[in-house]
Amino acid sequence: MCLGIPGEVVEVGAGRPDLAKVDVSGVRRVVNIGLIEEEGVRPGDWVLIHVGFALSKLDEEEARLTLSYLEQIGQAYEDELKALSRSEIE
Amino acid sequence: MRFVDEFRDQEKARALAADIAALCEPRRQYKFMEVCGGHTHTIYKHGLEDYLPEAVTMVHGPGCPVCVIPMGRVDDAISIARQEDVIMTSFGDMMRVPGSRGSFLDSNAAGSDIRMVYSPLDSLKIARDNPAKRVVFMAIGFETTAPSTAMTLLRASDEGLGNFSVFCNHVLVNPAIKAILGSPGMALDGFVGPGHVTTVIGCEPYGWIAKDYRKPLVVSGFEPLDILQSVRMLLLQLREGRCQVENQYTRAVAWEGNPRARAVIDEVMELRPTFEWRGLGSIPRSALRLKEKYAAFDAERLFDVPGVRVADPKACQCGEVLKGAIKPWECKVFGTACTPETPIGTCMVSSEGACAAYYNFGRFDRRKVREASRV
Ligand code: SF4
Repeated sequence: MCLGIPGEVVEVGAGRPDLAKVDVSGVRRVVNIGLIEEEGVRPGDWVLIHVGFALSKLDEEEARLTLSYLEQIGQAYEDELKALSRSEIE
Repeated sequence: MRFVDEFRDQEKARALAADIAALCEPRRQYKFMEVCGGHTHTIYKHGLEDYLPEAVTMVHGPGCPVCVIPMGRVDDAISIARQEDVIMTSFGDMMRVPGSRGSFLDSNAAGSDIRMVYSPLDSLKIARDNPAKRVVFMAIGFETTAPSTAMTLLRASDEGLGNFSVFCNHVLVNPAIKAILGSPGMALDGFVGPGHVTTVIGCEPYGWIAKDYRKPLVVSGFEPLDILQSVRMLLLQLREGRCQVENQYTRAVAWEGNPRARAVIDEVMELRPTFEWRGLGSIPRSALRLKEKYAAFDAERLFDVPGVRVADPKACQCGEVLKGAIKPWECKVFGTACTPETPIGTCMVSSEGACAAYYNFGRFDRRKVREASRV
């Protein structure tokens, strides 16, 4: 649960400005962006996600590197992705 | 399998290792505490101690949210979950944490409905879908997860979701560091500071560690190179006679943190006069509870919570491990009676717990266990 994971914003909430659909290693889920709303989140932006909330924005190149690192750490990241894929935030 | 070869940029890691060795003064020993369990995980997963000279020892800190939950809180949660029409939710890591009469999983086997969720917001959906049930989210974690709980509660309040409440167990990182600095015999030279907690609180709140205790702290990212880089920054400070708070993890952490996240916590939560930590005992003003204003969403007020204090099991040395006073393999039950499948203590449950990290990845530590059990 403490693993922060980078996700790419693919869609910003229709009707709900505090929600966004993100792509994390191919898993697409809705997360809450209310904590970084003021920074103006747009599709294509990268965010650091914790338990369903974007906590900060990330630079794209760094986000991709972090992601490729996470993708090969194994169990801990797999567990996090599995949990994320079951999440139903609305 | 050789974990040390897995991470990017071996060259840089070796160069950093050389730098680190060169920065150590002859005949001086350095002890740095990594506060965060995520860092402990990286250190053992990648065998980072192999990159550090003998003079540098990493000591594991208390920053694993699951590890610091005392038995009494697990028992309290279970007693809420056992009440009629309750669905309790929590993060997956909580499911196997032992209480004095078993874990959440054991409680489910006996008929309660405790579900794991990825996000507190998932609990809201469960509450909407089950209007006849009372849904209680057991909130755990440091300042990283507290804003998520607060946002979720505000949402429930906006929606008028009367069947949702929070059993609040959020803890604060600074009081824990203070308790450790105050414990006798704890000769630390500096801290590898938590990365994601700092995305919320910012770097300023650690200022007292540098000022009052003259210890440097470097906020660090979670990859192997980040940690090596942070150790290098700590040594450089000591070499130059500086004690400062520095930020190695600038790509995710702004110096001032996330003011919006702090405002949300402040709206919903306030300091508890005291809170009991697993192994560390009661620490004043070290945890958060819900404000009176949100009493309607506070499981502690809505349910009859016994609030029992239960002593840690005798065999368990989690307190020592959380303070960095002993290494996991020095606990008498490590790897024998206490394993990730049958944990006695909390540090064996979460992948961020020092004992679990040692158990899963400690290449040379099994040998140490055998050595320790011989004496
Ligand atoms: S081995 Fe088990 S009981 Fe001992 S400190 Fe670790 S988690 Fe606690």
